[in-house]
Amino acid sequence: MHAAQETVLLQGHIIDSLILAKVLDTILMMGGTFDLQEVRIGGTREEPSRARIVVRAASPELLKEILEAIQPHGASVERESDCTSQPAPADGVFPDAFYATTHLPTQIRLRGRWIDVDAIEMDLGIRVDRGLTAAKAIPMGEVKQGDAIVAGRDGIRVLPLERPRDRDVFSFMEAHVSAERPHGYVIADVARRMQTIREQRERGKSDVKVLLAGGPAIIHAGGREALTWLIDSGYIHVLFCGNALAAHDMEAHLFGTSLGYALSAGRAVPRGHEHHLRTINRIRAIGSIEKAVRTGVVPEGIMAACVRRGVEVVLAGTIRDDGPLPGVITDSVAAQAAMRRALPGVSLALLVASTLHAVATGNLLPATVPTVCVDVNPAVPTKLADRGSFQAVGLVMDAASFLRELARELGWKA
Amino acid sequence: MSRLLVCPPDYFRIEYEINPWMRMSNQADPVRASAQWHDLMTVLEDRVGALLERMQPMPGVPDMVFTANAGVVDGRRAVPSRFRHPERQREERYFEAWFREHGYQVTLLEENLYFEGAGDLLGFPDAWFGGYRQRSDIRAYGRLSEILQREIIPVELVDSHFYHLDTCFCPLSGGELLYYPAAFDPYAQTVIVNRISEDRRLVVPQPEALRFACNAVCVGKHVVLPTGCPETVAMLEARGYKPQPLPLDEFMKAGGSAKCLTLALD
Repeated sequence: MHAAQETVLLQGHIIDSLILAKVLDTILMMGGTFDLQEVRIGGTREEPSRARIVVRAASPELLKEILEAIQPHGASVERESDCTSQPAPADGVFPDAFYATTHLPTQIRLRGRWIDVDAIEMDLGIRVDRGLTAAKAIPMGEVKQGDAIVAGRDGIRVLPLERPRDRDVFSFMEAHVSAERPHGYVIADVARRMQTIREQRERGKSDVKVLLAGGPAIIHAGGREALTWLIDSGYIHVLFCGNALAAHDMEAHLFGTSLGYALSAGRAVPRGHEHHLRTINRIRAIGSIEKAVRTGVVPEGIMAACVRRGVEVVLAGTIRDDGPLPGVITDSVAAQAAMRRALPGVSLALLVASTLHAVATGNLLPATVPTVCVDVNPAVPTKLADRGSFQAVGLVMDAASFLRELARELGWKA
Repeated sequence: MSRLLVCPPDYFRIEYEINPWMRMSNQADPVRASAQWHDLMTVLEDRVGALLERMQPMPGVPDMVFTANAGVVDGRRAVPSRFRHPERQREERYFEAWFREHGYQVTLLEENLYFEGAGDLLGFPDAWFGGYRQRSDIRAYGRLSEILQREIIPVELVDSHFYHLDTCFCPLSGGELLYYPAAFDPYAQTVIVNRISEDRRLVVPQPEALRFACNAVCVGKHVVLPTGCPETVAMLEARGYKPQPLPLDEFMKAGGSAKCLTLALD
């Protein structure tokens, strides 16, 4: 539940009269908080000043009490109007003036009441249901002709993130990316969160999930065993990846190589470059990854662990894919939709060694989900931070080192 | 010469209770009230040398005698009051008409923006103070400072016995302030201390504040105030003022005294 909030205006001779100070003190004394959004101080003694204050409280009841207490001192609730909506002119097309979402918790005002927008995600539109009681963020491609789509900017408010209650790396909520800072405490905090989520699931709360979006560098760099262990141990519940991670994972079992490099010896083996193609071909012949696992062709590794543990896997294809493997979604809009469907409940996201999947996943996640982005290339976590996923903690490190250290933190003995 | 607006107490009675002083059971004596009012007028005209403008009293509006609440006058501009209580809202049209008939440029506040005139808005040449919370709405001062192009510092009144600013705050002609701090909230007390230096602040003791020592009319060196306020009288004399104590207890039954019975027109 988000904190309740309301914007109030205070104007007149509010500075020297200590009226502004009194209003702010009152808000704090009653247990609320405020943001001074705008303070315009009169240029002369005669000229009035003006302050715009966002008042927040833990509950709508407390907010109401605070507003009642500050209104006699001149704080007037900013005139608010309902949001407006326009019908979508055609399937897949928003009305021209559509409101584009951010990934922050958002509310719209319908018939005088503020309601939360469901499934918030950046760069979408907001569809209002026919009964005017609910609203949902939807991508352009999913809109149907005649859907009521929120337009303009009135009656829409974006709530800032509340500082998480856990005091860990995520509670700083900073988009800090550095190769220099120590990784150990970040990994320890991530492990603690994963431990908590696993415990919640063991107690029957199945709607909390850890998502891992990863690239094939996990296999190349030697993180396969650690990730397999994490999945097998029940720490990962959703996997986003592409054709390559799955292919090289199974190649590692079938040929002992990753993209032709012997994983044990660390050098190219003769005709190794064909191994991933032969792997893909073998799985295509079998019909599905699941069948390959269940029939014992690929009994171990990341994909096998996912099948065994019932991890939801979304394989999203790209134009450079070989094969692809059965199950890879080659229509990128359909892949995006499949990823979106897997997101409800995700309460921690690990984006490891994949620019493509990290950015795609970062775009889909609401800002409330703590996210760790791990890449040897500082540009990837930086890119994610620049896109406004500011709850992302960036780690500039090798994927295998990260996964091994994380698994060890959680009890992996290897 | 100072001009004051006054209204004879022909219809003055306690017909309702809208402040802690008013008791229907404690009825004003019309003969005594009339005598006290005329004594006040005599002092104002003869000793103080004020010029009095008399309004026509009207039946059904007993508090119209308290002309301080007619509105506020600044030069040729007048902003009539918007009373909080329906009982006094009936006076608004008479006050507005008087201002118009006497050539004032009248600006009306929007309805429901409560403002009770010079009862709540008092000033020094450089800054005006506006009492709020009891009767006037703080929002009125934002509007008034636009209309009058003046700084108006809102001060919160916290004691219902001092429901108008002029019951606890009286600027004097020499720049001093006669006031009763406990009628204000701590922020307003701080503001008054910040704005008015210590040597200019004359603090009225509680018993005299409750006799409305601060509800005084100051014209030049003359200060007309209710009787029974010896310490206030002594403070004023020490500053070179000429206090003129007068019995006004019949009007105290309605929660008013000397200042409430007059409106400064210039």
